[in-house]
Amino acid sequence: MRQRQLRARDMLRGDLEGEELERYVEEKVVMTNFEKMLGWARSNSIFPLTFGLACCAIEAPISLVTARYDLARFGAEALRASPRQADMIILSGRVSIKMAPVVRRLYDQMLEPKWAISMGACSSSGGMFSNYAVVQGADKFMPIDLHIPGCPPRPEAVLYGFTKLQRKIQGNPDQGWRARYAAHGTEEWARGGPRSEPSAEAATAYESARELIGA
Amino acid sequence: MPDAPGLELIRGEIEAAHPGAVVDTGFAQERTVLSIDPAHLLAVLGWLRKAPGQGYDFLSSLHAADYLPAEPRFAVHYELLNRNRVERIRVKALLADPGEDTLPEIDSCVGLFSTAEFQEREVFDFFGIVFRGHPDLTRILLPDDYVGWPQRRDFPLGGEPVTFTYNERNYG
Repeated sequence: MRQRQLRARDMLRGDLEGEELERYVEEKVVMTNFEKMLGWARSNSIFPLTFGLACCAIEAPISLVTARYDLARFGAEALRASPRQADMIILSGRVSIKMAPVVRRLYDQMLEPKWAISMGACSSSGGMFSNYAVVQGADKFMPIDLHIPGCPPRPEAVLYGFTKLQRKIQGNPDQGWRARYAAHGTEEWARGGPRSEPSAEAATAYESARELIGA
Repeated sequence: MPDAPGLELIRGEIEAAHPGAVVDTGFAQERTVLSIDPAHLLAVLGWLRKAPGQGYDFLSSLHAADYLPAEPRFAVHYELLNRNRVERIRVKALLADPGEDTLPEIDSCVGLFSTAEFQEREVFDFFGIVFRGHPDLTRILLPDDYVGWPQRRDFPLGGEPVTFTYNERNYG
């Protein structure tokens, strides 16, 4: 221990060299790229929407976030009461045809990137409510990233599904919604579009950077 | 609950005042049932509420049923309660189906029992029975743009067929 501390001090002084330096870097430094780090940060700081539809809401937003199952262990303890601050919605229960426009509106108000979990048989397929009042599967009116089977699913199943969603987020897949909704060309940019001129500061910074590397 | 002679006495008194109002009497599921002609609905309900010795002044429930293929097809049920004697009586207004595009109609009893307002809206919502004189007869539970009367027996069940083991022959 003492030896390691000394090595760290030497490293900070710039005294470590050769093989010792190699070993120190191998132990202490993780190499990654920005996308992976961003995905890792995103997947471990999800803000779920405080939202319940039916009986599954007892399992998901209530049982799951309280002490026994504790979603906070996976970095999702900050439940948001506004869809504009949330990035995950759990559809916990059957979606009636009167509720579907409301759910869709909540989903539309969430900021990108956003994820939706369809929890239980009812919101995935209509479940036992095969009748006039219930939408037969929530993916008829909004994109769903993950379906969790069960009636209701055990909280452990939801946690497992949640970790699956985290892996999906770390993989950073194209969410595909621009293609689904034919929304190409509707992107909003800070300065008037992807082909617009860079700002004066950005252009200066770019030029000086090129000078620095001697290009 | 009035016993059988009591019910026949009620029937006799109503018949004396409004000939042809009572169609039938009976007992179903431990409840006395007074089947009436819907044209005399308000008279019968008002008599049961106000006549001395009756005093059925509490409408504990109002609901409808579709008895397809029986004729007349619909019935609106009024569950009345006398709160002093704790006696209940069910008034059943038999409604014929007027046919394809017209809806069956019956008088609204909101003037007698104001609690009937939402319950009549619900009956309208699910059975398409129009209550004449209702202050605001619109859909209450289903979306406003919903088409059809889903609790009628000839309304399609909806949903999507699912293969279970017991119906595998039909869908498998």
